[in-house]
Amino acid sequence: MPILRFILQRGFQAILVTVAVTLFVAFAIRLTGDPAIILAGDSSGVTEDDLVRIREALGLNDPFLVQYFDFIKSLVTFDFGDSFFRGSIKDLISIALPSTLLLATASMVVSIVLSIPLGIYSALHKGGISDQIIRVLSLVGLSFPNFWLGIMLVLLLSITFPIFPASGFSSWSSLALPATTIGIILTATNVRLVRTQMLETLSAQYVMVARAKGLGEWSVVYKHALRNAAISIVTFLGLQFGNLIGGLVIIELVFNWPGMGTLSIEAISQRDYPLLQATVSILAIMIVAVNLAVDLVYGLIDPRIRVT
Amino acid sequence: MSDIHTSPKRSWFARFFLSRYASFEFIIGSFLTVSLVVLVLLSGVLFPGGGTEVNLIARLSEPFQSSDFPLGTDPLGRDILARIVHGGRISLLVGLFSALGAVVVGTVIGLFAGYYRGFLDAFVMRFADVQLALPFILMAITVIAIIGPGIDRIIILMIASQWVQYARLVRGSVLSLREREFVQAARSYGQSNLKIIFSHILPNAMGPLIILLTLNVANNILLESSLTFLGLGADPQTPSWGGMLSEGRSYIQTAWWVTVFPGVAIMLTVLGLNLLGDWLRDEMDPLGQTR
Repeated sequence: MPILRFILQRGFQAILVTVAVTLFVAFAIRLTGDPAIILAGDSSGVTEDDLVRIREALGLNDPFLVQYFDFIKSLVTFDFGDSFFRGSIKDLISIALPSTLLLATASMVVSIVLSIPLGIYSALHKGGISDQIIRVLSLVGLSFPNFWLGIMLVLLLSITFPIFPASGFSSWSSLALPATTIGIILTATNVRLVRTQMLETLSAQYVMVARAKGLGEWSVVYKHALRNAAISIVTFLGLQFGNLIGGLVIIELVFNWPGMGTLSIEAISQRDYPLLQATVSILAIMIVAVNLAVDLVYGLIDPRIRVT
Repeated sequence: MSDIHTSPKRSWFARFFLSRYASFEFIIGSFLTVSLVVLVLLSGVLFPGGGTEVNLIARLSEPFQSSDFPLGTDPLGRDILARIVHGGRISLLVGLFSALGAVVVGTVIGLFAGYYRGFLDAFVMRFADVQLALPFILMAITVIAIIGPGIDRIIILMIASQWVQYARLVRGSVLSLREREFVQAARSYGQSNLKIIFSHILPNAMGPLIILLTLNVANNILLESSLTFLGLGADPQTPSWGGMLSEGRSYIQTAWWVTVFPGVAIMLTVLGLNLLGDWLRDEMDPLGQTR
């Protein structure tokens, strides 16, 4: 039964975190100002009576907890009602969420394709010139703001050499620049991770045994070392994917990508509270869900993790 | 054989640079970091105008053409080099104070949580989980929408969200340190808990903290530039690297230099700190606790 206990424990923790996050978001958003005034606009004919009626219609006079439970209900049923200015929240999110997930997935793919071969190569040539160069490049990659890299790629590949579109999401080629930008940034971290994990497994005893048996280099590296390194690499990538969903905001803005980040920023600038509360909560819940999934899978594969 | 390291004729400085400690990371990293600090300290002397002098006749001058504006000018004819040097002030200020604030708050809480365990410990760990689930940039934008923009607010937000990582790190060290013999000994001859925490446990938990601090300063310089780029930081009048990038973005088609140079400044600064952090990690943390 320790497995069941482990699953229940982690699941309970995830629910606790979700409640805390949504409470915080709901509370913070109530503090930003009176939605009734913003909804009424700056038309001069608005009276105090009108404001009272708007508040009543929005349910803003209900106690905070009642409003909070209404929101939780809408999260569970995925029926968020209308935003202040742009119609059904569900419709907006059903466009934005897939766009964000698409961009996040494409970026992860770019990063995996780059970082796994580079990391393995680096580990196999530890201390050599190529290892040093990869190491320095990965530090450089960690050292610039991601949006600046995005702007530089636009400058190079859509202004100087007009190959890819600079913004929006009109065709598949629109994905190239934003996904490459984030892919490069992620690669800077991931190369180091792959390198460290590979070095660790390459020095393990089972790899020495494989070598002693006279297995070829390819078989030793890919069948024995990489497979064992893969457990922690996949875990890390999973957690990274979770963070990525919430971290795309600025890149989405720079490339005018129609995702959750852009939607949230627009909601903030228009003070569209119902929309903002929905987007931020959904992003946070997705992060919690991804982290929980990674945790559970890892715990099921590797029993040592379940102890804590 | 080893007299080159111990030769009394060389100063400690020369000896240090000839020793194994002076790696590539250390030399480049400290060169970049020291040059930035010197430039920022001298910014008032080098560019007394503060990089705010508008010169509409010379607007969008190209770089490397005149000695007046070595890196060109922005859309208002302001000297980009002067603005970069003055903008370094904000980056350094935010990077340093946010990391210092977070390290103080996080260390104290982590020490007590790890030493006393119990409710505080459980609370800190759950709080850390919540924090990890919040997309920071989105939260920062929401909170700034309530309290208004400004670098002081950014610093406070960073401390509020980053103390957790120090608390976790310190807590981890304390959990193992509190069982060690020297702590048991101190307890057995009746030293107070506070004395044990601050003079026996803390010094032994310092190594990883300093490494994390260095990398944290670097990350927060990046974060500050992102937030200012979004218009949440310093007001547009004050030169700042993120602000320069956001102003330059609309001129990217015609005037690349307005956007390229501030980004290079950020990169060199953060690279310098990252190199130093890496070097420190190799020297002080061979077991890789902070990795």
